[in-house]
Amino acid sequence: MRITRTVPEPFAVSSRDVEVTACPNGPLLVRGADLVRDSEGRAHPVTRPVVAVCACDKSQRMPWCDGTHKVIPKNR
Amino acid sequence: MDLPAERGPLSAGVVRALGGEAAIDVDALVDRVHGRSDVVEVVSNDDFQLALWVMYELHYLGFEGVDEGWEWDPRLLRVRRELEGEFEADLRRRTDADVTAALAADGDLSARLFDLPKAIDGPSVARFVKRDATREQFEEFLVHRSVYHLKESDPASWVIPRITGKPKAALVELQYDEYGAGRPDRLHATMFASGLEACGLDSEYGAYIDMVPAYTLAVNNAMSLFGLHRRLRAAAMGHLGAFEATSSLPCRRFVSGIRRLGLPEKVAEYFDEHIEADAVHEQLALRDICAELVRQDSTLERDVFFGAAVCLHLDVVAGERMLDAWQSGRTSLRVPALDPEAVA
Repeated sequence: MRITRTVPEPFAVSSRDVEVTACPNGPLLVRGADLVRDSEGRAHPVTRPVVAVCACDKSQRMPWCDGTHKVIPKNR
Repeated sequence: MDLPAERGPLSAGVVRALGGEAAIDVDALVDRVHGRSDVVEVVSNDDFQLALWVMYELHYLGFEGVDEGWEWDPRLLRVRRELEGEFEADLRRRTDADVTAALAADGDLSARLFDLPKAIDGPSVARFVKRDATREQFEEFLVHRSVYHLKESDPASWVIPRITGKPKAALVELQYDEYGAGRPDRLHATMFASGLEACGLDSEYGAYIDMVPAYTLAVNNAMSLFGLHRRLRAAAMGHLGAFEATSSLPCRRFVSGIRRLGLPEKVAEYFDEHIEADAVHEQLALRDICAELVRQDSTLERDVFFGAAVCLHLDVVAGERMLDAWQSGRTSLRVPALDPEAVA
């Protein structure tokens, strides 16, 4: 049986502890969140057990990391 | 899946034994492994790679009408062991210089792993698909990839009971995502099958085995070799890490190519899913799995790099061969069965 939890908007936060890990020269790994907000406040549902949130601001699919940080020169 | 067509004496010996057509002659097959008269190297040897692939498949979904007891048949395992010994030795030769350089380089382990694709790089199939590939060429690419993607992530699952603690938790977290996080329709293998069907291709497991060349089988055999031997668990995880770390950016190019060609959204969906998923997975695989594994046991470092280098090296080989075929107007497959005019 699958129990679907309804979370009232706009306070759709997680009922669990959210763990955020910063990867050096990479994204933030977020575990335990039900949604992530982008810089404009839009909510993006979390659909996988751990998500990578962009930390370089260059992703083409914000707020998620798409690997773009790897092609940005590090010394800029 | 049906047993594939034989490609020479080694694969014939294995396929005929499994099909019940002939008794297995272990000594003759072992002699064949070492006394191959052809000079074709192991990675490009159709007969060699097919024989190995058939034996490995017994550990996955097996073959229609083949006794499941063959999986642990000591005669067959002896032949497999001989092939594996040659294959592993060839892979170590091919990657030795890159592995040694990566071991000697500065920086922490995950940073050196992230840098490895810069050292082992070749022509980009993804760039070609983005800009130039025809629909037929892209479909050929899907056919090559179907050998792995219809059992996507399975070879890495063999490693779960062979590691402990943090890397084990991270591997299961990664695999859970690969397997759809509880949603069967999001199993990556199922998403790939949907993409094949949307393009009018056969999504049945193993449907295109007779069409793929040795190097495509070698890509798959390397993963099974690493996955099925506890001794090579670190190579399996290095391979996983390198695979994930060279996925997000190419997948973005594949999506562009798919849209340029006007192919069905279902096939774009598969590659689109991997842009985000593999941006997560590369961090998990290289930092939480590979680096932690080496922190637990520093003797595993060489094999982490070995596995990663094999992944990158075989990807370069496959990319070179595919692009070489397409750029000279040939099919990259063994039989041009995707071309309806050739069949007619």
